Amino acid sequence: MVDEASAARLRESASTRSLLRSLTYLRPYRRQVVGACLALVATNVIAILAPQFIRWIVDRGIGQKDQHLLGLSVLSLIMVAFLKGVLTFAHGHWMEVASQSVAYDLRNALHRQLSTLSFSYHDRAETGEILSRAIEDVDRIRFVTGRAFLRLIDGGLLVLGTTAVLIWMNPSLALLSLCVVPLLGWRALYFGRRLRPLSLAIQAQLAVLTTRLEQNLRGARIVKAFAQEMREAERFERENECWFALSERSVRLNAVNGPLLDWIASMGAVFVIVFGGYLVIHDRLTLGELVAFSTYLSQLIQPVRRLGMIVPALALASASGQRVFEILDTVSDVSEAPDARHLPRIEGQVRFEHVSFAYFGRMRVLEDVSFEARPGQVVALLGATGSGKSTVINLIPRFYDPTAGRILIDGQDIRGVSLSTLRDQIGIVLQETVLFASTVRENIAFGRPGASQQEIEAAAVAAQAAEFIREMPDGYDTRVGERGVTLSGGQRQRLAIARALLKDPRILILDDATSSVDSDTEHLIQIALQRLMQGRTSFVIAQRLSTLRTADCILLLERGRLVACGTHNELIRTSGSYAELYTRQLRPEVPGPGVSGRAAGTTGEDGQEE
Amino acid sequence: MSFSIGGASGGLGPRQAIESFGESVDGRPFDPRIVSRLMGYLVPYRLHMAASVALMLLSAALTLMAPYIIKVAIDENIATGDTTGLLRSGALLTVVLVLVCACSAVQHYLLSWVGQRVLADLRSLLVHHLQELSLGYHDTHIVGVTLSRVIHDVSVINELLSQGLVTLLGDSAMLIGTIAVMLSMSPRLALLTFCVLPLMALATLVFARRAQVAFRYTRVRIAAVVGDLAENLSGMRVIQAFAQENASRERFEEVNRENRDALIGALSLSYAFLPAVELLGMAATCVVLWFGGQAVLRGELTLGVVVAFLAYVSRFFDPIRELSQVYATMQAAMAGGERVLHLLDWKPDVVDAADAEQMPAIEGRIELRNVSFAYRDGPPVLQGVDLIIDPGQTVALVGPTGAGKTTIANLIARLYEPTDGAVLIDGHDVRSVTQRSLRRQIGLVPQEPFLFTGTVADNVRFGHPDASDEEVVAATRLANAHDFVSALPQGYNTRVLEGSANLSLGQRQLLCIARAVLADPRVLILDEATSSVDTVTESLIQAALRNLLHDRTAVVIAHRLSTVLHADQICVVHQGRIVERGRHEELMALGGLYRQLCSQQLLESESAP
Repeated sequence: MVDEASAARLRESASTRSLLRSLTYLRPYRRQVVGACLALVATNVIAILAPQFIRWIVDRGIGQKDQHLLGLSVLSLIMVAFLKGVLTFAHGHWMEVASQSVAYDLRNALHRQLSTLSFSYHDRAETGEILSRAIEDVDRIRFVTGRAFLRLIDGGLLVLGTTAVLIWMNPSLALLSLCVVPLLGWRALYFGRRLRPLSLAIQAQLAVLTTRLEQNLRGARIVKAFAQEMREAERFERENECWFALSERSVRLNAVNGPLLDWIASMGAVFVIVFGGYLVIHDRLTLGELVAFSTYLSQLIQPVRRLGMIVPALALASASGQRVFEILDTVSDVSEAPDARHLPRIEGQVRFEHVSFAYFGRMRVLEDVSFEARPGQVVALLGATGSGKSTVINLIPRFYDPTAGRILIDGQDIRGVSLSTLRDQIGIVLQETVLFASTVRENIAFGRPGASQQEIEAAAVAAQAAEFIREMPDGYDTRVGERGVTLSGGQRQRLAIARALLKDPRILILDDATSSVDSDTEHLIQIALQRLMQGRTSFVIAQRLSTLRTADCILLLERGRLVACGTHNELIRTSGSYAELYTRQLRPEVPGPGVSGRAAGTTGEDGQEE
Repeated sequence: MSFSIGGASGGLGPRQAIESFGESVDGRPFDPRIVSRLMGYLVPYRLHMAASVALMLLSAALTLMAPYIIKVAIDENIATGDTTGLLRSGALLTVVLVLVCACSAVQHYLLSWVGQRVLADLRSLLVHHLQELSLGYHDTHIVGVTLSRVIHDVSVINELLSQGLVTLLGDSAMLIGTIAVMLSMSPRLALLTFCVLPLMALATLVFARRAQVAFRYTRVRIAAVVGDLAENLSGMRVIQAFAQENASRERFEEVNRENRDALIGALSLSYAFLPAVELLGMAATCVVLWFGGQAVLRGELTLGVVVAFLAYVSRFFDPIRELSQVYATMQAAMAGGERVLHLLDWKPDVVDAADAEQMPAIEGRIELRNVSFAYRDGPPVLQGVDLIIDPGQTVALVGPTGAGKTTIANLIARLYEPTDGAVLIDGHDVRSVTQRSLRRQIGLVPQEPFLFTGTVADNVRFGHPDASDEEVVAATRLANAHDFVSALPQGYNTRVLEGSANLSLGQRQLLCIARAVLADPRVLILDEATSSVDTVTESLIQAALRNLLHDRTAVVIAHRLSTVLHADQICVVHQGRIVERGRHEELMALGGLYRQLCSQQLLESESAP
């Protein structure tokens, strides 16, 4: 019990902190905020004074038959109303500028933070989750720093001001009519409290529905192929009914409490008429004062009700704040040292010294790996799925930092140089190719936005991509990626090669797997890759024999350990695991006699092409 | 040119999804055709609706009574010093207010209940319909868009059906009632007050027009923000690898700024509209005070009438303001309704025939008889394909990308139907049996290894939900996935994350094989099932599969020739036709396309020492 209470207190203070922190984002826009607050105070003064005017009109103008006064006050009333309109617009507009700017700043901050977080963050993060934080959660924070903030001040001012005026006018009637206000506030608060967990549950259940359906649609082919349509629909229906049950509870809560709040509020007006009327009959109150009284009271009702409604919004926003700040406060695993040096154009010597790596601090992936690649060498990485090949190549551009040991490029620890100068000199072509939704030209020039058309075309030619680009509807200006032309896997890979070529990197990292393309395309990609590797230190995740045979050094990995290292001819003699792997995996079962003769012949052709 | 199914929807992400539903909120404000069809979904709840409307009219009438009672209290009780009368009026007012509270509580409940119920019904209807739609639909529609139909558009319709229509009815009733009461109390003062109305109408119209444009623009802008962010997130590795963080940041800041400015503009418009309505309301109050006051001075009206008029005037403008909002809701709902109905009207390409029979236990003889196929309005993918597979045979389909191999596999499972010709299994035309009984006996391992979120065990069990844990482990062992699954943090209970991010491509393929194996199919289709698995594992799987396939028919699509060497029959598919067929040795001897494919792939490995 004690623990629960202290945990609740802790949550409470965390949510207050996140709300306060949200408000600090208003600081750059304090001029707008102050302006909005001043305009708000002015509108409230007018709102409080206007019924006094009406009272004057009723009591003096109509009651005492003073036509001049009647005209004058009606005229002032309309002018004051106009002024109030202008002020209302002003505070609304300024607050909107301020709060939208807060949202703008927060989204920029999130974007900046996400682009500095290392791969280990992005490995775990789900895109949908981040998007919903950047869009919906930021929107809820915006609401708190804008309208909700204003409404709180507005409601507070109006309640205080009106109460003061009412008490000044007639203390006993004021107290009687205002006795409904605490009741109203309490009830609204209670309502908010009950509604909040329910709305959260409904939102969560809707997210469950969405995910369930999304999975169903994405896996439509599997659902059909395994004839599971009925079961899928039933599962959705169950979640759907669960959603309905929650919604029904919220509907009931709303249906009862909305009219109840209205009723409590209007009972105040009944008190005023009955008790106030009694006072008028006994000449202790004028009729005008009575009318003014009921006007004030009706003015008070909406803000008090809205204050009650803001409480759940505040709770939602503080939860949103916590989610957004969680991203902003995440410390990147890979960060630039404060005294990071500029890395000059490198020769290309890469040295691993006793490098170990564990994902998320738990799963050990690499253990005590040491090797050296001299400038211009081709290093082939070989090993089964999960042996640590990709980790080795991901450590070189510092996508992750090793948990132990160090990596040196040209003798410099890569943790001591600036990230951009390091990554600028490393080119990467991986199997799963990401292209951006823009033109072919922009995709090729991605790493060097200022490249000339000649340079881009030269890169495309070298990557064997020029031909298919020319055949596309708008050539280099054809849009690819989302909303653009759909490219085949082989075409995407060649664009990625062109992109890496144009960058003219000193160190090259690539995956020579071309399993999902047909043999013609594969051949073209091979030629492009060979060109790309010339004169650069290259790390290749080897999938084919030709790569292994031409590599200057083969690193054989097994469960995160480097078990053998050397050229093909060395390893075939010295390493048992390599020889075994070679015979079982790489050398195909000898097919019919027809192949060997033909194949021997074509090797020569291949050699010429290279 | 690839017709792979996963790729058609997988390649399109959030940007397109969001823009395509963001831009089309542009329907007519009222389309009787759509409204009448949507109203059809309310029919089962007509009693609820009727009660709700009756209660609403009742509570509107009662609400209108309140100012009248106050008028009586002022004019007849207070003015004449009638204390008992005053108490009576107070009691009456209390009773009326309690009734209003009760009526509107019940009315709100009924109405919202119907709204949520219809929402749930529509969603369920849509999901059932989506299950029936064939792959032809799923290929050509982006997941995000369909999702927004079921989740987003449906809730907009709900807003129209429940809140919108009733607000329209209730506010109109309130408006007419108010006008009637005012006219009856003092026709002259009433008419003078109504002078403000044309101005109000004009303001509302101008605002509604401009707001529509402004808010539509904001939807496009927020979609751009989401799209840019989503793209950056999926391309984050490339952005970091190419050190382009600054360029992408600048681009994002620009779309972000445009979004901010659009929102400020649109919302400022409503900040201008609300004070304008308030000002016009105040003008009406002034009219009442000025002319009413003078009438009181002349003794033509009582003070109570003026006070009651003041109350009515304030009630007069609320419905108008709300009606302007209903207009926007209506417009969104029409657009949403049209899209939902469009989806519901989409006919599945593959339907069970009226007299469809259960497919008996499959022996495994598959025959394609002069089969041609074209995707919706597309060029022909298959032309006159003839193929006979005997029970227990393994047939390999090879050929360049886009040749039509996957399509042949899809036609056998009747995921599509041939545009010409017929597919027969054990002599039954697949169109003459039910889809369920057919597909329950066919196991498919697709090109894109798709896994559902849920545990590893759930995924393996997908086609055979009642399988025991032992059976799951056995199938997983056979697919050579048991070792890596056991090494996962929670073993078989490890959750597969969104996009299967915690599993490698090869691991996903192994689980897909386990899933197909567990379903215990009579016909197994392996579409590039091991393309991302290393060759050692692949050969282990093949050995295991050979045992499994002993008495089953299998269709194998592969690029790696090592995968197809042992097939009983190899078919070379090229440009929608089977150009060569036979065993490996026969085709090598033939010296055609197969030999060419082989030599390209084998040339390097063959000359190894």
